[in-house]
Amino acid sequence: MQELRAGDTVYISGPLFGIRDATQIRMFDKGIEPPADLRGHFCIHTAPNVKKLPNGRYEKISIGTTTSTRMERFSPLLISKYGVRGIIGKGGLLEGSTRAMAEHGACYLSIVGGTAALETLQIEEIEEVYWEDLMPECLWKFRVRELGPLLVSIDSHGRNLYLEVKASAKRRLDEMF
Amino acid sequence: MNYTAIEDIAKELYIFALKTIPPDVTAALERAAERETSESARNILKTILKNIEVAAAQPNLVCQDTGLPIYKVRIGTGCSVDGLALKQAIVRGCERATIEHPLRSSIVHPLNRKNNQTSSGEKMPAIDFDFHAADYIEITMIPKGSGSENMSFIKMCLPAEGIEGIKRFVVESVFNSGGNPCPPTIIGVGIGGTADLCLKLAKDAIARPLGTHNPDPEVAKLEDELLEMVNRLGIGPMGLGGATTCIGVNVEMAYTHMTLNPVAVNTQCWAARRAVARIWPNGEVKIGY
Repeated sequence: MQELRAGDTVYISGPLFGIRDATQIRMFDKGIEPPADLRGHFCIHTAPNVKKLPNGRYEKISIGTTTSTRMERFSPLLISKYGVRGIIGKGGLLEGSTRAMAEHGACYLSIVGGTAALETLQIEEIEEVYWEDLMPECLWKFRVRELGPLLVSIDSHGRNLYLEVKASAKRRLDEMF
Repeated sequence: MNYTAIEDIAKELYIFALKTIPPDVTAALERAAERETSESARNILKTILKNIEVAAAQPNLVCQDTGLPIYKVRIGTGCSVDGLALKQAIVRGCERATIEHPLRSSIVHPLNRKNNQTSSGEKMPAIDFDFHAADYIEITMIPKGSGSENMSFIKMCLPAEGIEGIKRFVVESVFNSGGNPCPPTIIGVGIGGTADLCLKLAKDAIARPLGTHNPDPEVAKLEDELLEMVNRLGIGPMGLGGATTCIGVNVEMAYTHMTLNPVAVNTQCWAARRAVARIWPNGEVKIGY
């Protein structure tokens, strides 16, 4: 984690948990412990398109990533309380998450938004689904292979590429008006 | 009028719009990739273009967000319809696309967030009716990505703020959106009208193919100026910096009251999904963009 720097491109393989707004509202606003241990794992912001099979398992149709900034207020807790080491999303996170990532050694990886056709191919299997009543905003457990390209956009050293771009854009906005 | 056929068309349009990208949009993304000076921005655009190819080839959804289902219906002269039957057929087509394909239903009750799993509910799909001088019925289906739809803005500027006020609000809106709406985006701007008409104009604006100008020369000039200004912000693909923040700015206008100067912004993500069906009274159907 220490070695990853903002601007690096990575691919990841292995287990990955899918979460979204409703999942975290249940975890943090309603105070209900997640049924799976997230410690040491990465989470991805998603609510997949799936088909339920007769044996109760789910088959993927289209899985892609959603806007992370909506879930900014949950992310520091995901890291500090549940030990999540990385968040994959699109659109970035803000100052609070950046501080939590520096403090606890975590990072944010940007996936290219809207590229679900590619992403779906890189997700090998839906291994588990928890909290099915929140469909499609359940807690999902995926197994991924070479998921990416992912850009390290918030590292564990306090850098946030989104905030840097925004600051530069603000200067140009002020010049215009 | 064969309403079962309308139902099938409404279903087919939704699925087709989700799996393929209009050629004017793909062409604009390719040009943006060529022009881009930042390597990481160019890589993002290349990943986007690869995704479009992969989606069309499989075929599968380009983006997982099945969006807000919007149908714009334009009824031509000489087309005899039972409006209510037409509306109901479209709703059923939208539901069947969701249940039968199946597609993720993204539509929920605004208070309790209950999802009927049908992409439908109160006043959804959003169906907009109007009339046009052509001899066919035209149905445009736009699965509107919510990441971009969340970046909608309206301001009742003062007439004293003038055109500068309009430009400032549009550019500020793009700045405030950052990377959230999956840039490079198409910005739809509504000017004039009543407040609700102004927002509707902004939505009509994003539905227009790229490379077209508003027929009013003053509005067309505003389109060009705004495109240059928003790209000067340097927000870039996915908000990670670069030369192309927007691939187009379309402006639609309506006359307004003497004391009003309303301006609305509707943002459309890079996927800019839309599919159009034209239906003639003899039953002939053409599907395109």
